[in-house]
Amino acid sequence: MKRIRFWGTRGSLPVSLTAEEVRRKIVSALRGASGRAFASNHDIEAYVNGLDLTIAGTYGGHTSCVQLEPGGPDYVLCDLGSGVRPFGQAVQAHHRSTSPQTFHIFMSHLHWDHIMGLPFFQPAYVPGNRIRFYGAHPDLEAALRRQQDPPSFPVDFSVLRADIEFTCLEPGRRYDIAGMSVTAKLQCHAGNSYGFRFECGGRSVVYTTDSEHKLADPAETEGFVEFFRDADVVIFDAMYSLAEVTSVKADWGHSSNVIGVELCQLAGARHLCLFHHEPANDDDAISRVLADARRLEEITRTGAPLRVTAAYDGMEILL
Amino acid sequence: MQFSSHQYADVTVATPVGRIDHAGAVVFEQALSPLLVQAGTAKHALILDFAGVEYISSVGLRVLMIAAKQMKGHGARIVIAAPPPVVAEILAISRFDRVLEIAPSVRKALEWLSQKALAAYAVGKTGTS
Repeated sequence: MKRIRFWGTRGSLPVSLTAEEVRRKIVSALRGASGRAFASNHDIEAYVNGLDLTIAGTYGGHTSCVQLEPGGPDYVLCDLGSGVRPFGQAVQAHHRSTSPQTFHIFMSHLHWDHIMGLPFFQPAYVPGNRIRFYGAHPDLEAALRRQQDPPSFPVDFSVLRADIEFTCLEPGRRYDIAGMSVTAKLQCHAGNSYGFRFECGGRSVVYTTDSEHKLADPAETEGFVEFFRDADVVIFDAMYSLAEVTSVKADWGHSSNVIGVELCQLAGARHLCLFHHEPANDDDAISRVLADARRLEEITRTGAPLRVTAAYDGMEILL
Repeated sequence: MQFSSHQYADVTVATPVGRIDHAGAVVFEQALSPLLVQAGTAKHALILDFAGVEYISSVGLRVLMIAAKQMKGHGARIVIAAPPPVVAEILAISRFDRVLEIAPSVRKALEWLSQKALAAYAVGKTGTS
């Protein structure tokens, strides 16, 4: 495994910065520049490059879409949230539609925010491209076809001219796909969701989103600890606070930064990447969730340090 | 994890000591359960004296949330008292400080809950269980 690229990191619903949020970022940037002299565009760029993500950037608003780069010629994705649109544009720009490409797409589940990008995925309309879907839901194909039926969308699924196939995976069984060893695991979420563990070239990545951890069953917890065991990166649903998932948002099918830190510590994972951000959270709120997770890791650490990050649209993790 | 409790008039003060981690949470939940029934039925308040708690995991926090819901269902109050700095940080990071009453000391918690219990606490008039 060479690299992970995040094209969509938001939970439930795509969002964008509001005009007021943009204004606040400009005010913060100008406040920080007060008294400085910028002799050239280079100086300005250097100043902006040194600013925090919450001022000079944003976590972004596309829903779940994560690209894995195992090192082969094929593309590998997890989920088809709205983030697959810019991914598809980047692929088209890179290849200029001159050479057929193969895409392996692993689907955690079939909720709207995880499938909504397919009708806007340009490579799916290109004859010669090959798209291979993998998931543990037997109705995966039906769900993708249905969202393009009238009156939901004007372009029928049959217009997708790529060569498309669906493979139903059995949870707990190891598969060799696109040069990786892949295992799916059942997770607690309405209608079920599945996490995926990918292993390739001595590196392991766990993609586990839309997964509630009830904490009441030690055997269930141990099952996830084993699934995360010694992972290089765990991409983890940290949508709500622990207080929320144990009270008003119990049974909503999501998890928290606190549980992410604990499970990764128990599993000896090296990097926890917070993911599926609550759409109501602005950049500052997501940064607080990240800072809290890092602090928790620090004050509860008993072994090797666990690196903690929060995914943002455009982020890359080199492995 | 160790656990003891004292009754001060109409307030029960329970004192867990040690780590409420994944294993400790089981002991904590079992020890707390009868107190919740007793205090809730009598509509007595419950103070959890956390001064001796070194660490609390998400499983332990879940036990707190269940206890709070149970007490609320009885129309009774539960207060976490005197959490050490690390535990106080965990309560804040998990946002439990927004849904639970947290007092800096047992005395302050008693001030909030019952003057009668505060007086009993002050003179050391206790019934031990």
